[in-house]
Amino acid sequence: MAAKKKKQVTLHVPSAPFRPGDKASFALFENEPGDLPRPNPIKCTASETTDHAYGLVRVLDFDGNASGPWDPKLTPDELREGLEHMVRMRIFDDRMMKMQRTGKLSFYMRSFGEEAVAIAQTMALENQDWIFPTYRQPGAQFVRGRDMVSMINHCIGNVEDNVKGRQMPVHYTYRDGRFISVSSPVGTQFSQAVGVAMASQYKALDECCITWIGDGSSAEGDYHYALNFASVFKPPVILNIVNNQWAISTHANLASGNPTFAARGLAYNVPSMRVDGNDFLALYAVTKWARQRAAAGEGATHIEVLTYRAGAHSSSDDPSRYRPGDEHEAWPGGDPVDRLVQHLVAIGEWSEKQQKELEERVDGEVMAAYKEAVTYGDLANGPYPSADTIFTEVYEEVPWHLQEQWDEMKKWSVD
Amino acid sequence: MPEMNIVQAVNSALDIMLERDPDVIFFGEDAGYFGGVFRTSDGLQEKHGKHRVFDTPLSEGGIAAIAFGMGINGLRPVAEIQFADYIFPAYDQIVNEIAKVRHRSGGEFWCPLTIRTPAGGGIRGGHHHSQSPESQFTHTSGINVVYTSTPYNSKGLLISAIESNDPVVVFEPKRCYRGPFYGDPHNVPTWKDHPEAEVPEAHYTVPLGKARLAMEGTECTVISWGAMVHVSEQAIKNCGISCDLIDLQTLVPWDKDAIIKSIEKTGRCVIVHEAPKTSGFGAEMAASVQERCFYHLEAPIERVTGWDTPFPHTTEWDYMPSPARIADAIMKTMEE
Repeated sequence: MAAKKKKQVTLHVPSAPFRPGDKASFALFENEPGDLPRPNPIKCTASETTDHAYGLVRVLDFDGNASGPWDPKLTPDELREGLEHMVRMRIFDDRMMKMQRTGKLSFYMRSFGEEAVAIAQTMALENQDWIFPTYRQPGAQFVRGRDMVSMINHCIGNVEDNVKGRQMPVHYTYRDGRFISVSSPVGTQFSQAVGVAMASQYKALDECCITWIGDGSSAEGDYHYALNFASVFKPPVILNIVNNQWAISTHANLASGNPTFAARGLAYNVPSMRVDGNDFLALYAVTKWARQRAAAGEGATHIEVLTYRAGAHSSSDDPSRYRPGDEHEAWPGGDPVDRLVQHLVAIGEWSEKQQKELEERVDGEVMAAYKEAVTYGDLANGPYPSADTIFTEVYEEVPWHLQEQWDEMKKWSVD
Repeated sequence: MPEMNIVQAVNSALDIMLERDPDVIFFGEDAGYFGGVFRTSDGLQEKHGKHRVFDTPLSEGGIAAIAFGMGINGLRPVAEIQFADYIFPAYDQIVNEIAKVRHRSGGEFWCPLTIRTPAGGGIRGGHHHSQSPESQFTHTSGINVVYTSTPYNSKGLLISAIESNDPVVVFEPKRCYRGPFYGDPHNVPTWKDHPEAEVPEAHYTVPLGKARLAMEGTECTVISWGAMVHVSEQAIKNCGISCDLIDLQTLVPWDKDAIIKSIEKTGRCVIVHEAPKTSGFGAEMAASVQERCFYHLEAPIERVTGWDTPFPHTTEWDYMPSPARIADAIMKTMEE
């Protein structure tokens, strides 16, 4: 028997809140700094973080003042260090983007608007802690001291690329900084990071692993594997969802029917926080809190980092096709660099002049690094890594069938 | 020398490696307290502690992912996937992550993990406790693929896999866990008195990449792996043709020298596997044999395989290669 038609017309498919031509509005910042307590990181239950998971942890107000129990009381030097890393990230990104437009690299992804995420969070960790990033956290490498020339060498795929031209740009590997290789399949690192932390736990070492996933990729199974294994085995892992509102053109409301991503962690019995991702101090403080939990054997912390992808997904993306274009300026969290500058100025530790000098100095350093890197080659002009790198490091030793094919390739070399 | 079945041999390999190397840990669904649904890790949690031998959530994708993370952070994890049919939630982690991390990171990170999983039919397991998905892994570079067949090679190959610094997927023929299977479901022997059931208690290895000559002959070469090695043995005995029976043991990298040497001697080749025919690893073997040995061949290469259908439940004996089908293929090569 055929069913009767219901009143609902057809399939429910969520729409993005705004599209090209619309005026964007956001109603996401209901909490003020100081609204949410800072629970003792030791013996904190998931339910004690319910308000944090549905609210928003903030330290900086929009006048640049820090207040409340989450203020991490960073020294002016620490704040200036964080600012310099963020400025460096932005200028570096702009330089790489220009190089991409001239064909010197195939592809690029900026961290624009999200610079605080990797930088504040990595600064809150210890140097022995593992970093398991996505392509939107390259800034962690600045904190861990990676040379910019080496980063550019990777992006432009020249002979000095430490991953030997095998991966697309921005897929960095930096073992010396405990920065684990970036992989294109989104979300896979989230569950792997739990394994990294389980190994640290097994070896009883004072180290944790931090990882990130996007709002979009949190719909992958790997996100749920990670939360579940973290809930069961309680390893020292910090699981961040960077909710930048967009997965290319897909709005976050298609990744989850829950208004906050942080709240999902409560169901896994993992203490969960939602934090203003453009507030350097709040990000630092929440990550430090999570690290204290990890170090004390309290297990995982789940953090939703609320921010806005101010730029395109990648150099291959044109967001004007699917969103208004200027809407990031209406983002209530503002710009992470501007907000930290505003705070430093407000406490009398920085000036517009110093900011200008910093930007000029860093711009010079990025240019110098760029000029050095291109002396080793670039994607447009070569020289490239040897084609032999196709066959090396597939296995520890080259098996016979790869050797045979390698010998065959050499006969047809296009070098 | 003690006699072991495959379950005991696998248990012994795990026990030895847990004993020898504190970086080795073992985990899987029901693999800890209970010792595994096939009993392969029986007693190991009690002996080595539950921090080294433990149960996991029912989450193959999660199991592979944590093994990856542990591997790159200095451990040598061994993960059990309870049935090879259930490995597919882990497929992305194995194919895109585990297999590629050494290469993609310029050699800065690598993942010395072993995934072992019971595979193949013959236990009335229906669609989803019977499949033999080896060719879905042989097509991915960066992992080694092993398929064991006897107690002796199950232990020696597993130890080699665990000691390897590359990821290895080890398929174990569950039909043969407690006895070799000769294709007659009504007459199921145990491993008792079988020469390959004589397994040293101590550490030893069977090297990766080396085949085993299970029978030696002159007229035809039968290449097989897993449970089908024993069915092929029965077929060879039944048809009375003098055959080399090559138990491939490692599929990636396969033992080129052993195959070429044998085909050059016999001039005939039959490939037997229980996985479906289309794109099965037998296709790779047939193509490779004709590339390398064409002028030594006296007859077209024959393949005897499972059908290109889902694996059946009550009619599995009509699905799996039988001694009669294999013998018929051998006889066909002799007609030329």
